Amino acid sequence: MMRRDECLKALAKHRTNEIVVPVYKAAQEWIVFSPHDLNYTFTGAMGQGPPHALGLALGRPDKRIIVLDGDGSLLMNLGCLVTIAHAAPKNFVHGVCQNGSYESNGGVPLPGIDQLSFAAMARAAGWTKVYEFDEQAAWEAAIPMLLRDEGPIFAVLHMDMGEDYPEDFQRLSSVPHRDAFIRALAADRG
Amino acid sequence: MLSASAIVEEIKEAGIGFVVALPDRTTSEHLLKPILRDQDLKTVQVCKEDEGVSICSGLHCTGQRALLLIQYTGFLDSINAIRGSAVEGRNPVCMMIGLLGKEPGVPPTESKRYGLRIVEPILDAMGIEHHLIETTDDVNKIVPAVERAYQRSLPVALLIGQEPR
Repeated sequence: MMRRDECLKALAKHRTNEIVVPVYKAAQEWIVFSPHDLNYTFTGAMGQGPPHALGLALGRPDKRIIVLDGDGSLLMNLGCLVTIAHAAPKNFVHGVCQNGSYESNGGVPLPGIDQLSFAAMARAAGWTKVYEFDEQAAWEAAIPMLLRDEGPIFAVLHMDMGEDYPEDFQRLSSVPHRDAFIRALAADRG
Repeated sequence: MLSASAIVEEIKEAGIGFVVALPDRTTSEHLLKPILRDQDLKTVQVCKEDEGVSICSGLHCTGQRALLLIQYTGFLDSINAIRGSAVEGRNPVCMMIGLLGKEPGVPPTESKRYGLRIVEPILDAMGIEHHLIETTDDVNKIVPAVERAYQRSLPVALLIGQEPR
């Protein structure tokens, strides 16, 4: 089993100027490992990371968009798998951090976590590039492909929590940081 | 009479390039279906209306203007996303909301339908500007409302009071 912090640190090593849309615990850690104006964290409500990212992907098809979603978040908005598969943005990577816990809301287990398969749901929703990772070496080896290949790509990361990192929800829902993102993206015209 | 083609013209005049939509019986036949065929407008179909709030927000952050075309029930179902993404996130999400079943000429707050009566009070409570589009004379409210939303970086609701034709 992988650890989330180690997974994200590995991704951060490869990150150049991709837009990254992390949510909840992944966001708290990602902004530490990969501070960047193209981190988009103001997603407004649980489950809304992927549709925000879809808007970014459709508006800027020249930029690669990486969602770092949570399993509880995705359960809250499963229909987005169909919406995104239908829109089929080639620049879209949807990563799901699966640890089976509503970690930001008290660590309560997810319903059905021992039976459900996000990979199967994504395939059934129309995603054709679907991957699952539960070993760090395989994950690290696949990162260049995830950052390069045509999307939409769906990747489930089976993981434990890892180290504890400080939570800064005000930073994640900060209009000034979001506006800095808008300016950075407008300035990034390749 | 509410002209569907006049609404589409105003949408384009407002600089909107994306329509994010979930079908509403009030607007599907004469507004959404023509928009789906319109080469000047890109349509994003969503499975649930709150997704659309977020998609419009993301599009705004890329410099694109979008319209969210939904039914009032979808608005009611999307309150938390509108609260978080549009209001607190200061994203100019422009919502065109079909008031399915509203009686002709009757203000929404005086409708016999509970779901319709609460729409404007909820918008007021959330501090969201709203305009009733009930006849073709009202469609000239659309461009200024959208412009104002983008100037203020706040959402706006355009309430469609009868089926456009």
